[in-house]
Amino acid sequence: MREQSLREQAATFGLSLEEFDSVVKILDREPNSLEAAMFGALWSEHCGYKNSRPLLRRLPTKGEQVLQGPGENAGVVDIGEGFAVAFKMESHNHPSAVEPVQGAATGVGGILRDIFAMGARPVAVLDSLRFGPLDNDRTRYLLGGVVHGISLYGNAIGVPTVGGEIVFHPCYQENPLVNVMALGYMRHEDLQSGTVGNVGNQLIYVGSKTGRDGLGGAVFASADLSETSNEDRPAVQVGDPFMEKLLLEACLEAIEKELVIGVQDMGAAGITSSVGEMAYRAGKGVDLHVNRVPRREEGMTPLEVMLSESQERMVLTAKPGKEAELIALLEKWELDATIIGEVAEHGMFRIIENGEIVGDMPVAALNEAPTYTRQGIENQEIKDKRELPFEVDIPKDLGKTLLKLLANPTIASKRPVFEQYDYQVMTNTVIVPGQADAAVLRVKGTTKGVAATTDCNPRYCQLMPKRGAMIAVAEAARNLSCVGATPLAITDNLNFGNPTRTDVYFELEQAIDGLSEACLALNTPVTGGNVSLYNQYTSEGRLVAIHPTPTVGMVGVLPDVSKRATQDLKREGDILILLGENTSELGASEYLYTEHGLELGFPPDINLEKEKAVQQTAQSLIQQGLCDTAHDCSEGGLAVALAEMAIAGNKGIKVSLKETIRPDALLFGEAQSRILLSIEKAKLERVKEVLKVPFQILGEVSGENFELSFPSGSIAFPLSEISSTFYSPLREALS
Amino acid sequence: MNVAVIRFPGSNCDDDARYVLADILKTKVSMVWHQEHELGNVDAVVLPGGFSYGDYLRSGAMAALSPIMTDLKRFAERGGYVLGICNGFQILTEAGLLEGQLARRPQLSFICDTVTLRVENNKTAFSSDYKEGQLLRIPVAHNDGSYYADEETLRRLEQKGQIVFRYVSESGERSDSANPNGSLNHIAGIINTQGNVLGMMPHPERAAEGLLGSEDGLALFTSLLKQAKGVLA
Repeated sequence: MREQSLREQAATFGLSLEEFDSVVKILDREPNSLEAAMFGALWSEHCGYKNSRPLLRRLPTKGEQVLQGPGENAGVVDIGEGFAVAFKMESHNHPSAVEPVQGAATGVGGILRDIFAMGARPVAVLDSLRFGPLDNDRTRYLLGGVVHGISLYGNAIGVPTVGGEIVFHPCYQENPLVNVMALGYMRHEDLQSGTVGNVGNQLIYVGSKTGRDGLGGAVFASADLSETSNEDRPAVQVGDPFMEKLLLEACLEAIEKELVIGVQDMGAAGITSSVGEMAYRAGKGVDLHVNRVPRREEGMTPLEVMLSESQERMVLTAKPGKEAELIALLEKWELDATIIGEVAEHGMFRIIENGEIVGDMPVAALNEAPTYTRQGIENQEIKDKRELPFEVDIPKDLGKTLLKLLANPTIASKRPVFEQYDYQVMTNTVIVPGQADAAVLRVKGTTKGVAATTDCNPRYCQLMPKRGAMIAVAEAARNLSCVGATPLAITDNLNFGNPTRTDVYFELEQAIDGLSEACLALNTPVTGGNVSLYNQYTSEGRLVAIHPTPTVGMVGVLPDVSKRATQDLKREGDILILLGENTSELGASEYLYTEHGLELGFPPDINLEKEKAVQQTAQSLIQQGLCDTAHDCSEGGLAVALAEMAIAGNKGIKVSLKETIRPDALLFGEAQSRILLSIEKAKLERVKEVLKVPFQILGEVSGENFELSFPSGSIAFPLSEISSTFYSPLREALS
Repeated sequence: MNVAVIRFPGSNCDDDARYVLADILKTKVSMVWHQEHELGNVDAVVLPGGFSYGDYLRSGAMAALSPIMTDLKRFAERGGYVLGICNGFQILTEAGLLEGQLARRPQLSFICDTVTLRVENNKTAFSSDYKEGQLLRIPVAHNDGSYYADEETLRRLEQKGQIVFRYVSESGERSDSANPNGSLNHIAGIINTQGNVLGMMPHPERAAEGLLGSEDGLALFTSLLKQAKGVLA
């Protein structure tokens, strides 16, 4: 039998035949298998963004608050007084689908390395998770595993998990999403770059030894999940938070002592991508001695070493003359540290094994993956779902509908999940998970606070990707405004299906345009992120793609953290005020889905100027100390938001709604740009003077019942009833 | 006055302890790496929370064998004050400086929450600034925090007033639902018979500022600083 040529095996390296031919042209010869594999890894969607890069260029990335935009390990924004926040979000979707505990754990580990590679001390983690329906055994297995994995890693390394979101929907049944966001604090002067610097610099490998684990992870993450994906389990790595804690402390100490000029995490595609990117940023070449890489196993080939995704490894560029001091410091932290390479003028990524060149590729070509621009076409079925008129009956008992919504796992309390995370370690957590729309951390040594949140409503994004993405940005900013923070910037995690499908490409393009428009309007530039495509699953010949899910992670700043708001009602007699306007919109709402089993219609309209005005009003009231209680109206609408405030504060309300729009829309519609405030009576007149946006007084905090009346009826429950309805679904599912 | 905070590889509440002592209470703090052989001239020692050595073996088991522990034992024998918080408590039981064991929670999962403690004995060096029976709101964050000891030991701890903090309900009653980890006798913190070594699972260093929700842990540190000053001089 004739042996297959390397070209015929191109697909196993993640290269198309055309891409293989380009490699031949670049090298002016056939690549060997090591080179083909390195090109394949760096040209994968995960590393090379070949399908998304032309679209990503449309995102706004500039702003005076941005100290570091896309292109480094993480984005960095200025928060004043010489302090900055480094932050980024990344997905670990496919690993978590086949091995939820380690998949999620290593997701946390990976994003934390990106943060300290920037010279920042990681201070918080948030998780944006998506699963199938909660009443399903596989979902409970995945949810339990993912939560356990995050808890294992985050708790042990000692970085608090302070927030995030969990959405349940059948489209994620086989392909859950695990998007992890991390943030860190730093001084401006400590800002690092993942660079090799100048010719002659020494590259130091530090951390865990290299094993065969995670081989081909970048390629695995850039293909559809399938029924045989479980055979890819070896592509999932095992995390060691203890090792990472040592790495974290060692790297920060090396930065503080000015022993390094470049720091880089080894993430997807391991040494190949980390050293490749560092060389590319510097515009230099590297001689990499693959035989010097510390190994966990005998007999590993250069290809296995170069593409291993073993966790908890970093590459440092030593400051010239400080090599010995740097290695001594790393060894004090009980870490393996080895010089594996040297920066060269030749511009090649040269892999050398015991003196012999086994791979030789131009750094630039490796890092400049070919890009593809496609024609997106909207799926007619989705267009129909959105645009065809629909009618639903108004339920007779709207109280029952409220209970159904509160028991909907997407809305219900996530307390049983959060309590498995150490959310207080580092003693910065001012607002704990579930207490408000965003997490708030103080910045020691200042009066400042930093707020963070993640957001995305996948149903909106499915029915109308552009508007859905705009709302994701707007709601994230609204979440921050509700704690009193001024939004600064976002990181985005674009989770989509297979981009070679015209309808998926349409969704991607539209969503990116929506993000761009909203980020520009709200002055929250994109400082980095992650693209996770191929989130679809073939089962019995049927293709199940996830809803487009452009998750937005946003950070903001509170000038004085003592002036902030949470959602729990605090005082009997407080006045409840709604900023913004109710509408009769019902499309794409959680109410339509939960009560009527429908997912159709237009997602709520959004006017970014109105949105901005409402948000700035809330920020200003809170920052002036006129308001300490705020909550945004989102899934489940006004009635659910009021119930959440009452439950959190364990205080009753008496609210009377006067509008004559249909009552299900009034109570459960998801009209945008609305924020609920609870104001002390004594401050009401001063508050009214400040209000420049439409508002109405809804009622007051009173007693121990939840009482809501509207023109055609009323709802009344003892607090204890709505409270147990809200708290029990996840408690039961996780026990 | 000089307090040492021991850093084991994997400690992660070391800086939180330092912050309370140095930044809030303006006390001199030295961070001591576990590979050191001598504590130096210190008045008290804190073993902070975390996951020493990753706690891949029994929690605290590896740290109890660290080089610094030899001098720590000598320090404790001479009457030096030692406070172990969370992982620090686990290390103290593993090192034999406190009786009993911290077992995995019966629920088998990590718990992060704020619980109510009752001060059972305010006549110790670690609790003199509290009132007897005072209720404290203090965070817990652990998996292996279920206090276990044999009946004989429990009886002795009770008789000699060695149980300093106990988990109780918000109204101060002993109840199983207020016990976050199934600890026997609802024990949250104990002291040795000499009264100079205290271990507790809850984190007083996380309850030292109103901004973070509670200041109830601060009096533990102020008590200690008053008592420890110059004891070994």
